[in-house]
Amino acid sequence: MKRTTSRKYVLTKRLDNYFYGVNNAYLFTADFFKQALRRPFHFKELVNQCYEIGLRALPLITLTGFIIGIVFTKQSRPSLEDFGATSWLPSLLGIAIVKALGPLVTALICSGKVGSGIGAELGSMKVTEQIDAMEVSAINPFKYLVVTRVLATTITIPILSFYCSVVALIGSYINVHSEENTSFVIFFKNAFSTINFLDLWTAVAKAVVFGFTIGIIGCYKGFNATQGTSGVGKAANEAVVMSMFIIFVEEIVIVQISNWIRTF
Amino acid sequence: METLHVIDYNETVISIKDLYKSFGDLHVLKGVSLDLHKGENIVVLGKSGTGKSVLIKIISGLLKPDKGEVIVLGKKVDELKRKELNELRLHIGFSFQNSALYDSMNVRRNLEFPLMMNYPKLTKKEVDAAVEEVIEAVGLKNKLKEMPASLSGGQRKRIGIARTLILKPKIMLYDEPTAGLDPITCTEINQLINEVQEKYNTSSIIITHDLTCAKATGDKVAILIDGQFAKAGKFDEVFNSNNELIKEFYNYNFIQ
Ligand SMILES: Nc1ncnc2c1ncn2[C@@H]1O[C@H](COP(=O)(O)OP(=O)(O)O)[C@@H](O)[C@H]1O
Ligand SMILES: [Mg+2]
Repeated sequence: MKRTTSRKYVLTKRLDNYFYGVNNAYLFTADFFKQALRRPFHFKELVNQCYEIGLRALPLITLTGFIIGIVFTKQSRPSLEDFGATSWLPSLLGIAIVKALGPLVTALICSGKVGSGIGAELGSMKVTEQIDAMEVSAINPFKYLVVTRVLATTITIPILSFYCSVVALIGSYINVHSEENTSFVIFFKNAFSTINFLDLWTAVAKAVVFGFTIGIIGCYKGFNATQGTSGVGKAANEAVVMSMFIIFVEEIVIVQISNWIRTF
Repeated sequence: METLHVIDYNETVISIKDLYKSFGDLHVLKGVSLDLHKGENIVVLGKSGTGKSVLIKIISGLLKPDKGEVIVLGKKVDELKRKELNELRLHIGFSFQNSALYDSMNVRRNLEFPLMMNYPKLTKKEVDAAVEEVIEAVGLKNKLKEMPASLSGGQRKRIGIARTLILKPKIMLYDEPTAGLDPITCTEINQLINEVQEKYNTSSIIITHDLTCAKATGDKVAILIDGQFAKAGKFDEVFNSNNELIKEFYNYNFIQ
C-alpha cells in the first residue's frame, strides 16, 4: 500500500471520527425531514409500527407508572406532614408527575425497550443485506423503514407518556385515598389545579421531542451497523446509551425555555 | 455445455469500461472491463475478497465507482437521479449471497412486497397470479406460508431468486448462488439458473468460486485476480491457459 504524504487527519483520529459521526447524524436527520414530506406515504406501515411500539412498551410503562405514583406519594407524605400540609399532596403530585416524571420516565423506558429494538431490527436488516435488497428492488428503504419508525415513536411516545402520568396519578390516588379518604374527583381536581396551559404544553413538547429522539437515534444506529452479527448488538446498545444521554440534555433545555417563556 | 438460449452479440446490455474502486487504502478494482450481451451468461470467478460483490454492487448502483464507465441497458448508472436509477433497477434482478429475505415477512409477503411497493395500483388478483407464477418457477409452491427462518439454505436461495423474478428483470446478477450448499442442491440451483434464463430470457452475471457452477451455467467465464480480469473466454479456453494464477485456481478447486 502506498503511503500518502499529506496528513491523514485534520485533528486527531478520534476527534475526526467524532465530528464525522456528528455530521453523518445531522445529514441523516435532515434526510428524514426531506423524505417525510414526500410521497409515497406508507400509512399502513406507520399504523403497524405505532401498534408494535405501543404494545412493546405498554406493560412496563403501566407497572413503572403505578409504582412511581405509590412510592412518590409515600415518600412525600412525611415531609408535608411536618408542616401540616398533607392537603397539598395532590397538587404536589400533579406537578411532579405530569410536568416532570411522566414524560421522562416514559422516554427512558422507551429508549431501553423501543430504541434498542429499532436499533437491533434495522441493524440486523443492514448486516444481512435486507436493506440493500430493498434498495435494488427500487424500494426506498429510508422511507419505508426510517420515516415510518421515527413518525411512529414521535406519535406514540407522547400518548404513552400521558398514559404513564394517568397511571401514576391513579397509584397516588390509591395511597392518598387510603389515608385521607379523598374522593377521586377532588383528588384529580387538586392535582390539576396548579398545572397551567404552559405546563401542559411543555410536557407535550418534551414527549414529542423525546419520541423523535428515540426513533431517529435507533434508526441511525441500526442503519449504520457494521461488522456482522456483533454490529447488531452494538447498534442496539449504542442506541440506548446515546438516546438516554440526549434525552437528559433535551429535558434541561426544554425546562429552561419553558421557564424563560413564563417570565413574560 | 449445450446452450439452448440464443445470444445476440449485437446488443450489449451491460458495458463496463476501465472501472476503478477503492475503500480508503484498499484498492479493490483496478481497471475492470466487461461486456454482457443479450441472452449471455457470464461467470465471474475469483478468490474471496477480490471484489466480485463490489463489482455487481456497482452495476446495480449500490456503490459508486471511483473511475470508469458503467452502462446498463443504455444508461450510465452512476449519473442517474434516484428516480431514474429506480426505474433501471426494476430491470435488474439481484440474488444476494445470503439470500437477504425479509425476516419479518413470510414467503408470500416477501414475494409480493417488491411488486406491491412498485405497482400500488395492481389488484389482489394480479398480485396473487404473479406470486403463483414465480413460486412455481422455483418449485416451492407449498412454502408460501412459511417464514424465511424455517427454510433451508437452498430454499432460501430459490425464494430470493423468485423475489427478483416477480419484477420481470432483463438482467440477473447472482452473488455466489451456490455458496454454502451441498453438491446436490448446487446442481439444482445451477439448473434453476439455466431455467430462469430460458423462461425469462435474461442475461446474467454469475459470481462464484465454484467451478462446477461456472461450467454448468456460463457461456463465458472471466477470472478476477488482483483487481483485474486475468482472462475471459470460454471455460476450456480459459483454463487451458498457461497463467500460473489461473492454474492454481483450477487445481485448487478440483483437488478440493
Ligand atoms: N462498503 C465497503 N466498505 C469498505 N470495504 C469494503 C466494502 N465493501 C467491500 N469492501 C472490501 O472490498 C473487498 C472486496 O469485497 P467483496 O467484493 O465483498 O469480495 P468478494 O470477491 O469476496 O465478493 C474486501 O476486502 C472488503 O473488505
Ligand atoms: Mg462476495
